Amino acid sequence: MKNHPTSPLKIIVISLAVIGIIALALGGYLTPVSRIVLKPLINAQTWLATRYQAIQSYILEPADVSTLRQRNTDLEAEIARLQVEIIELQQQVNETQVLSTLVDYARSRPENKYIAAAVIGRDPSPFFHYVIINRGSDDGLRSGMPAVTQQGLVGQIDSVTAGAARVQLINDPASLINVVLQQTTTDAVLVGSITGELLLEMIPQEVLVQPGELVVTSGLGGNYPPNLVIGQVSTIRRRDYDLFQNASVQSAVSFTQLEIVLVIVNFLPVDITPLIPTAEVP
Amino acid sequence: MLAILLAFPLFLILVVLQSAIVSATPLLQGTADLILLTIVAWTLQEQVQVHWQWTIIGCIVLGFISKSPLVIILFAYLAVTAIVAIARKKLWKVPYLAMWAMTLIGTVIVQVITLLGRWLEGADIPFLQAFNLILLPSLMLNLLLAAPVLALVHDLANWLYPQEMEV
Repeated sequence: MKNHPTSPLKIIVISLAVIGIIALALGGYLTPVSRIVLKPLINAQTWLATRYQAIQSYILEPADVSTLRQRNTDLEAEIARLQVEIIELQQQVNETQVLSTLVDYARSRPENKYIAAAVIGRDPSPFFHYVIINRGSDDGLRSGMPAVTQQGLVGQIDSVTAGAARVQLINDPASLINVVLQQTTTDAVLVGSITGELLLEMIPQEVLVQPGELVVTSGLGGNYPPNLVIGQVSTIRRRDYDLFQNASVQSAVSFTQLEIVLVIVNFLPVDITPLIPTAEVP
Repeated sequence: MLAILLAFPLFLILVVLQSAIVSATPLLQGTADLILLTIVAWTLQEQVQVHWQWTIIGCIVLGFISKSPLVIILFAYLAVTAIVAIARKKLWKVPYLAMWAMTLIGTVIVQVITLLGRWLEGADIPFLQAFNLILLPSLMLNLLLAAPVLALVHDLANWLYPQEMEV
């Protein structure tokens, strides 16, 4: 092999050619040329890269899917847990609101002592309007103590066990309460009914009762403390040939929504039976 | 003996369910009666011999919670058990039809006797109101629940009294 010596002229020509090409490229004169040359190259690379990515994702995706599925399951479990927590917290907020209102009510009547109790059941027979509360004689509850909510009178404890008590609601058909109409200061008797409606009986005919009049306990008979709110007169039934007029009362308490009640523990009914005159046998 | 022992926890659970959930979800003023349905379904099972004991246990457990006097409860539910026992022996053998018929009769008996008890107590309850607002809705709810209760009680009876296969 022969070694051709590199002449300076050759170097200069090559350098000038390179500089010329660079100058043409910088001046933009080679763009059409490079487009023609590079386009097939770019197309080929694009095709190759797309296929490669497809193959790569085909190989790697199952692992990603399983990871994502696992993650999704974890997140769904987390969402379910948080939703349960939200419901629990909402229940606590509701209970706190009810208790807060009950505390306000208790504070507004400092003469009474109260024990709060949750309603845990109802009488299995629909003929009896009774509820069962989760406090009993161990907590100081006794038969005859009145139960109230912040809205008004709920009923009276009928029987007590160590840990629970049964409360007769004021809308029980056998319930009889001496009440007073606050505006007209008229005494009347409040009776319950099977429909849950409260009825006022024994209102004298001459009294002008108006709808909306407040009905409170009178304390007569000693079964309930006076001035416990019961509700408002809604409709009046007055017939000229009757001895008394009747009225229905819209209760202040929603008996179907009872959750927590306050039992007035410093009140016990007075037994007035010995004071009731009996017919003497000759 | 196992069946009698099982009756106590079963009726306790049923009474708790009845008091806490079923009685709190009335239709008009009527509610379903899980105790009645269980007693009827249990008495209808041919292989069961301890239906009287179950009725008495159910009544005692119910008497703890209900204001209704135990005598009234016993009288009502034992009367239903007697009728169902007669029907089981002498009438048809179609279990679901028998269950529905006995539920209908049982509901009427229990509700009427309870109403009589309340009248004796002095409560002023008009019969028509009781019929429309309590008896009919209770009957409807009981008839709705009769089939699932019968299926569950039937499974329980088969578990307690496995029937021999005839070859």
